[in-house]
Amino acid sequence: MRGADTLVIGGGLVGAAIAYGLARRGVSTIVIDEGDVAFRASRGNFGLVWVQGKGDGMPDYAAWTRLSADLWPRFAEELGAETGIGTVYDKPGGFFLCRSEAELAEQEARLQRIRAKNTAPGPDYEVLDHKALAERLPGLGPAVIGGTYCPHDGHCNPLFLLRALHVGHTALGGRYLPNRKVGDIRPEAGGFTVVTDGGKVQGDRVVLAAGLGSARLAPKLGLSVPVVPQRGQVLVTQRAAPRLAHPTVYVRQTGEGSFLLGDSHEDVGFDEGTTPEAMTFIARRSLDFFPFLAELPVVRVWGALRVMTPDGFPVYDHSREHPGAFSAACHSGVTLAAAHAERLAGFVAEGALPAEFQGFSADRFDVQEAA
Amino acid sequence: MFKKLHDDGAARVTVTIDGQAVQVPAGETVAAAALIHGLQPFRTSAVSGAPRAPFCMMGVCFDCLVEIDGTPNRQACQVRVAEGMAIRRQDGAGETAP
Repeated sequence: MRGADTLVIGGGLVGAAIAYGLARRGVSTIVIDEGDVAFRASRGNFGLVWVQGKGDGMPDYAAWTRLSADLWPRFAEELGAETGIGTVYDKPGGFFLCRSEAELAEQEARLQRIRAKNTAPGPDYEVLDHKALAERLPGLGPAVIGGTYCPHDGHCNPLFLLRALHVGHTALGGRYLPNRKVGDIRPEAGGFTVVTDGGKVQGDRVVLAAGLGSARLAPKLGLSVPVVPQRGQVLVTQRAAPRLAHPTVYVRQTGEGSFLLGDSHEDVGFDEGTTPEAMTFIARRSLDFFPFLAELPVVRVWGALRVMTPDGFPVYDHSREHPGAFSAACHSGVTLAAAHAERLAGFVAEGALPAEFQGFSADRFDVQEAA
Repeated sequence: MFKKLHDDGAARVTVTIDGQAVQVPAGETVAAAALIHGLQPFRTSAVSGAPRAPFCMMGVCFDCLVEIDGTPNRQACQVRVAEGMAIRRQDGAGETAP
């Protein structure tokens, strides 16, 4: 079929945010999505819009994350107004809780390193002892000896976010092709043909945002997206009256009242399952932080696969071999949704990534032979 | 509002719903028994206080939560009635903490 100016491969948070941003700029777009057989990281994540601790070793990523967090309030408001779908976004600032002095020292050093490279104004974090933390987090467990607070952190409902991006994209004239597994992408004179199991689609440009699927497809565009799965499991409790006003890395209370407990990091290949070991680990740690959680039954548990690059930082590339082909891969599709829609989509629309994006290229993983 | 389509006249048990003793078919779920007896709503929600009633009747939606024999947050659709059982409407989160 005759396609569109830009084809976006992948209908998760990254692809949908870019497509929505393109559609807002008047670019005709088609999102080509695989289906429920895909790994669907965007349907299993924790929902943090998170700044603190990110970008240690890559100042550009710290700045990009901070930019997205700064854009989020207006982004959420406009997306909600355009689609009628609220993302339950809240930005009360978030906490990282530590159970040992060593852990706190490590976290403080990490935030100091990031702060030293960060030119954004305002305080970026506070280091707090147990007493100061407990004043802001009633019910905090005695095992927590201290922690850090960052005012830029927030959280949202990631499923409503994904839904809103799709509704917004479609309402602006974008097209969505579900259940199309992409088998091949053929660069041709003046554009690209994407071959799916539901037919061919043509476009002038293509954005590869297929999560873990990008690793297989990138070479067809002269690109490299070296991503591997890393499993995280999430436990959700029954709903409770509002009790925890701030998100933390490991525990947050949603706007609907349930508590999400999470953040396991497991190297188990493409296995999305759940395990008693990880559930026990997550539940025990959560109880250290907030003993009152023991009163709440867990109603569901799931596993999902993070999209991890070798250094954990995002990959954004523009193909030298096939201009007009872009890639975007990261494990922070929620946090970066605002930057993807408002900035990255603009770069794609203009046909080039800015010079300061060079550090995000997968070129950084190419091993340089010593002379 | 709800009635049982095929009442085979099976044995009955006596339960209380919000303190009122009623006869319900043995083997029925608490959700079905309470719907037949007009319990509405089953509870109010934890955050906004909105009224809630059974939706899926198969253990997925968690909207049918009630207090059963003093324990809050029981899924009414997943528990069978028993002689003498005390079923209560639940306000808000129904947390056991003081």
